[in-house]
Amino acid sequence: METVLESASRKVVIGPDKPFVIIGERINPTGRKVLAAQLEAGDFTTVEQDAISQVEAGAAMLDVNAGVPGADEAKMLVGLVELVQELTEAPLSVDSAMDSALAAALPVCQGKPLVNSVNGEEERLEKILPLIKERGAAVIGLVFDEAGPSMDPDERFRIAQLIVERAADHGIPQQDVLIDPLAMTVGAEPQAAVVALETIRLVRQELGNNMTIGASNVSFGLPGRKIINYSFLALAMSAGLTSAITNPLVPETPMTLMACDLLLARDEYGMNWIKAHRK
Amino acid sequence: MSDLLKSLQEAILTIDEETALKVTQELLDSGMEPEEILESGMTEALLELGRRWNCGEAFLPEVVAAAGIFERCSAIVEPALMAKADRKVSDKAIIATVKGDLHDLGKNIVGAMMKTVGLEVHDLGKNVPTEKIIEAVKELQPKLIGLSALLTTTMPEQENVIKALEEAGLRSAVKVMVGGAPVTQEWADRIGADGYAPNAPEAVRVALELTQVAA
Repeated sequence: METVLESASRKVVIGPDKPFVIIGERINPTGRKVLAAQLEAGDFTTVEQDAISQVEAGAAMLDVNAGVPGADEAKMLVGLVELVQELTEAPLSVDSAMDSALAAALPVCQGKPLVNSVNGEEERLEKILPLIKERGAAVIGLVFDEAGPSMDPDERFRIAQLIVERAADHGIPQQDVLIDPLAMTVGAEPQAAVVALETIRLVRQELGNNMTIGASNVSFGLPGRKIINYSFLALAMSAGLTSAITNPLVPETPMTLMACDLLLARDEYGMNWIKAHRK
Repeated sequence: MSDLLKSLQEAILTIDEETALKVTQELLDSGMEPEEILESGMTEALLELGRRWNCGEAFLPEVVAAAGIFERCSAIVEPALMAKADRKVSDKAIIATVKGDLHDLGKNIVGAMMKTVGLEVHDLGKNVPTEKIIEAVKELQPKLIGLSALLTTTMPEQENVIKALEEAGLRSAVKVMVGGAPVTQEWADRIGADGYAPNAPEAVRVALELTQVAA
């Protein structure tokens, strides 16, 4: 199964035999107080730098989130999407908890964007899926529902199935649903990564959907976060993960993922690996 | 400070549960006031852990574990606290992590600490819809609501709860305090909350202040 995302000029294919796709996570004011203050003041220098440097560092796509509390998120998201599209050719993942912000930003996106995200909650599915269908976009489905995240991989898998079915009801093809198996921090729950990895295996084997994951959560509250993050991604790739929303500016992350591509026969003739080392 | 109090703090900070429980009992047996064990021993240790967390010297598994030890030490001193006359009439407080938010560690620590100062704490859990909070306010008639939000995307739910209280005509009957990593005093003022605290011990201080004003 292959998931195709597009900008005005570039096509990205996510699939189990394709090189792993990094979706750059940095354009997001959540937990970045300086960036939030800049956005509120209309200063976009950090966003500009983050857009360009993430693509240079190996992000095939960019996540764009404009969630500054109290600000007009819809207006801000539209502005950021327009800005990032001017600066890079990367297809976008439009990221908002507000359906009104997504509805405002989707018409501005060029090509075929990804929407971050729906989950198993009925209300959210009913609000967002029609927007996805209307725009011809792809969507990320987080595997939790009204009850919150389960620590049982079978339950997470059930929600993944539900999201795929509900998307199909709205006429959205299976390949346009990327499942997010949920990375929660192992700092609070020792089983957190194990449950995510088992969910990835189930989705890969039983459903076949492509997947992405907000990977950096896994190390929250721990020392040596970078090593934990890219080690987790290597494990997750081996289990069947096909893309991740993560920070490519940590140089070890894209290098680790590229090495895993090579090792898992996702890098034809090893050319990506060789090219990266000829630079 | 007594050496025993110091070793209680040390035991909590180094996640040595066995020693922490043993020393708490020893302090109680030695005749120390339960308030002092709680404040100068246990709470002081959590405050220190908070300081270490803020400067990157303590890590999440330690905070989770210390909060658990704090709760089990509280259980040892609680009977002695409850036996005191001035603790008998307790004010009710409702605490909840708002809708859409699944982070409950901070809220749980605050709840455990509120109990130790004699508040009757009703914990509604995490991801709690506004309607459920309003129902609980009607049913329990608490003096205080504590609302936790750990995400910038869920902070607006704190404001929604305050608005819903107004619409239900309940706003003047109850004090509302807010907290959570992205929450600030400025945000609390903006949404019309009565109180804000940046950490758990401070939250307990604010809770007592608000419930006394409401008395």
